[in-house]
Amino acid sequence: MQKYSVFSLIKNAFKGHKDWEVAWKDPTPKSEYDVIIIGGGGHGLATAYYLAKEHNITKVAIIEKGWIGGGNVGRNTTIIRSNYMHDENGLFSEFGMDLWRSMSQDLNFNVMFSPRGIINLAHSDAQMNVYSRRGNSMRLNGIDAVLLNREEVRKIIPMADFSENVRFPIFGGLMQPSAGTARHDAVAWGYARQADSMGVDIIQNCEVTGFDVSNGKILGIRTSKGDIKAKKIGLCVAGSTNILAEKLNMTLPIETHLLQACVSEPIKPILDNVVTFGAGHFYCSQSDKGEMVMGGDLDGYNSYAQRGNLPTLQHVLTEGIAMFPFLSKLKMLRTWGGIMDMSMDGSPIIDKTHIDGLYLNCGWCYGGFKATPASGWTFAHTIAEDRPHELNAGYSLNRFNTGHLIDEKGLGTKTWIS
Amino acid sequence: MLHIKCPHCGLRSQNEFSYGGDATVKRPELNKEISDQDWDSFVYLRKSPRGKHLELWQHISGCRRWIKVERDTLTHEIFKTLKANEEV
Repeated sequence: MQKYSVFSLIKNAFKGHKDWEVAWKDPTPKSEYDVIIIGGGGHGLATAYYLAKEHNITKVAIIEKGWIGGGNVGRNTTIIRSNYMHDENGLFSEFGMDLWRSMSQDLNFNVMFSPRGIINLAHSDAQMNVYSRRGNSMRLNGIDAVLLNREEVRKIIPMADFSENVRFPIFGGLMQPSAGTARHDAVAWGYARQADSMGVDIIQNCEVTGFDVSNGKILGIRTSKGDIKAKKIGLCVAGSTNILAEKLNMTLPIETHLLQACVSEPIKPILDNVVTFGAGHFYCSQSDKGEMVMGGDLDGYNSYAQRGNLPTLQHVLTEGIAMFPFLSKLKMLRTWGGIMDMSMDGSPIIDKTHIDGLYLNCGWCYGGFKATPASGWTFAHTIAEDRPHELNAGYSLNRFNTGHLIDEKGLGTKTWIS
Repeated sequence: MLHIKCPHCGLRSQNEFSYGGDATVKRPELNKEISDQDWDSFVYLRKSPRGKHLELWQHISGCRRWIKVERDTLTHEIFKTLKANEEV
């Protein structure tokens, strides 16, 4: 594989940029693989990469119905954080933070990881107490957390509404300084390029139409490009999980819902951090191009549409303007939607299934992007070793049956309430 | 925006309604021996189909009654609406 560096850039500039190697190939599927990963999103690509890198399993195919990076990895708001209270979520995400910090060097691809810090705003004394508890839990797990008072928040984001007579005054906030953002497309492309160079076949425009299961063991898949045999198969399809589960006669603790995001026209730098509104569901950061990147609530009903509805966007942006009044002067550049695999306790599932050789990775809710490296790393381990790693042992499929839920927000099973 | 025909009030905009989830999930009967598996299925497991989906909505800014809506989860087309105690 051609290494990307300033020298290769200069060399290729002299040749008019005509001799760059393709970043990944477009192979026809072989008849058999050791492992097939279904879903060529961030998590699927990362899983294939870590299977090859950490476990030396390279006879791997990624089967993607559309094109790689066309789903949620290209539709999210690029936020990376590990500000969780529960041990399972905190330790898993913080492991991921270490992978994010070294990702550009590891993949030889600039993913533009920018640890600019995230601030969750608090709007009451009670909320400050909750944040102080969460911050302490985070610090016990080795995650950085700083509780800010009103004046400290004002120094960082003076453009927020600090007037006295507002409905939700800013009391303070909880900050994770090491949180940040990254270029989401680059993450997909970086993983794809490295996985391809180690022998992984990335097969795009190939739909999985069925599974070959016999005596409780997976034997292969049926696709629009023919049948493919495999010893092990990993499902990594986010919002399409229920569609494939139905073909396997499985019913899962997952509902598919629609989440929208939007960006404003680009403006000069004003916001250095990621900021979330504490009295509703709204988050905001500024991209390197200057656009304000914003998102918030689910549309609130089961949907596979990948496009949003205006009432929810209006509601979310009302919260945004309450937080940052200057947003009301901006023009909207683009809005879009993606479909989320909402689990019944708000936490993901990375586990084996009752079918031998079939592995499940789903339930990422709002937080799939930041989990990309840790999800791929632990899913690769689960597939290669046929047992979960201790980092994803809590993300078991049967926790709903045994009562070991990881309900970070305390929402229960109404996944569409936020 | 969705337009939902409340069987009690007529056609109204989505803003007046609140979603209540899958209407085909049935709570196990009272005073009957229920296995853990059945409770698990009732509380947590959902088909979440792509296509026709029968769901509960509450006309929260209208008559406040619960209704059933048969809706396509891919196209958002609404096929029919029913009173909460009516079957399809």
